[in-house]
Amino acid sequence: MMTASCEPVRSERVPALVEQFKGGLAAPICLTWEWTYACNLSCTHCLSSSGRRDPAELTTAEMRSVIDELRAMQVFYVNVGGGEPTVRPDFWELLDYAVASQVGVKFSTNGLRLDAERAQRLAATDYVDVQVSLDGASREVNDAVRGHGSYDMALRAMENLAEAGFRDFKISVVMTRHNVPQLDEFAAIAGRFGAQLRITRLRPSGRGADVWNELHPTDQQQREIYSWLVDHGDRVLTGDSFFHLNALGATPLPGLNLCGAGRVVCLIDPIGDVYACPFAIHDAFKAGTVRSPGGFAEVWRSAPLFAELRTGTSSGACRSCSAFSSCQGGCMAAKFFTGLPLDGPDPECVKGHGASALSDSGRSGLPRPDKDHSRRRAVSMGMPSVRVPAKPCDSSPLAVTE
Amino acid sequence: MTAPFEPGRGYQLNPDVALRPEPFGALAYHFGTRRLSFLKAPDLVELVRGLGAHRSVSDALATLPGGRREVYLRALAALAAADMIVPQPGSSDAP
Repeated sequence: MMTASCEPVRSERVPALVEQFKGGLAAPICLTWEWTYACNLSCTHCLSSSGRRDPAELTTAEMRSVIDELRAMQVFYVNVGGGEPTVRPDFWELLDYAVASQVGVKFSTNGLRLDAERAQRLAATDYVDVQVSLDGASREVNDAVRGHGSYDMALRAMENLAEAGFRDFKISVVMTRHNVPQLDEFAAIAGRFGAQLRITRLRPSGRGADVWNELHPTDQQQREIYSWLVDHGDRVLTGDSFFHLNALGATPLPGLNLCGAGRVVCLIDPIGDVYACPFAIHDAFKAGTVRSPGGFAEVWRSAPLFAELRTGTSSGACRSCSAFSSCQGGCMAAKFFTGLPLDGPDPECVKGHGASALSDSGRSGLPRPDKDHSRRRAVSMGMPSVRVPAKPCDSSPLAVTE
Repeated sequence: MTAPFEPGRGYQLNPDVALRPEPFGALAYHFGTRRLSFLKAPDLVELVRGLGAHRSVSDALATLPGGRREVYLRALAALAAADMIVPQPGSSDAP
């Protein structure tokens, strides 16, 4: 049994279930769907390198037909993100259409559009959940990553939701070196707003690759996260993202302890491309597109990449490690974007095997995301960009130009 | 709030619950509580789908081989606790 979205299955009989999941499900149970690459912010660690809208974005009609497909496949809910999804002019219309189609929506937002009136309408809509991103429990820590003004914007949105009586909305925190010491403060903020805290792992995906070395938690902090979750795990969501920490103690964190990519998880990006997981926007993990004749269902059922992920058992160097059964070799995307072999240790392997592999592999020639929608220069919207490449090619030889 | 599970009564799949066929059995999704359950055997799925046609849970279980009844009784109790199956309207708890 589990709560909606990508949250861990809490059941005594999980191991047998995990074996079933490895072969893939008839439809995903944890589908992330990014509705736009456009974003008012320029977070330094953005996993989808968002900023500018992609001119090939799915149209309203195409979005509706994907929703129709999800309904037919009995995908009961989706996690909508971006970019900032609410900047799509048809966002609220599509939200209503999904809900009316019995496809529940949890959407992630930086709070941009959540004024008092909108919060009231959301509170009155069944089958919608809201997740507000916050990467620091203080203005200083948050704004260093998410940009000036973003803390106040998020807090204002939370106040509006709480005031409207929206119970148990989510506050979503990506754990970094600077906010691990604030775990208790995050929990206090969630308590103050009647919200639920969700903490997830920083991935070296998208622009996250550029800041991962400086921002990913230290070994000591990984132990702090693990212990904190063991103590507070019942009330805190994790998107099942810390299973690589399981080897730190005898108490396993709740969850599948499984990379769900292509098995129970996948990503539809704003132009309709389907990837194995939200943290792997790269050609190596692209399974197809919803624009092809068979649509999303055909990609999910028949993409060769997914077939491979459903049969493949990663092994390699990790097989002989005593901790393999607890961590399963960790996160595929984290390995890929740090240049590590997929059948080797996770870069944040708690046994230290990742760190030594990283120092061997060097930083040059790392794979880059195949899409970069970062803004070319800072735009003055009261949210100055932290990352200011003069041309897209300055930051990536593979940058997509419009 | 869910009443205690009473195998002497008739139960049925909650109208708020959808069953999605899966290779291992089915996934049950409750639109009200937004929770998922996994029915991990095809004959359990069949049992749950057909539950409403029986006057009591015990009657429904009697169609199964004796060895499986105990396991499935526990599975049904768990599904009742999660509000996935509910007493049939008008079914009495008297024997």
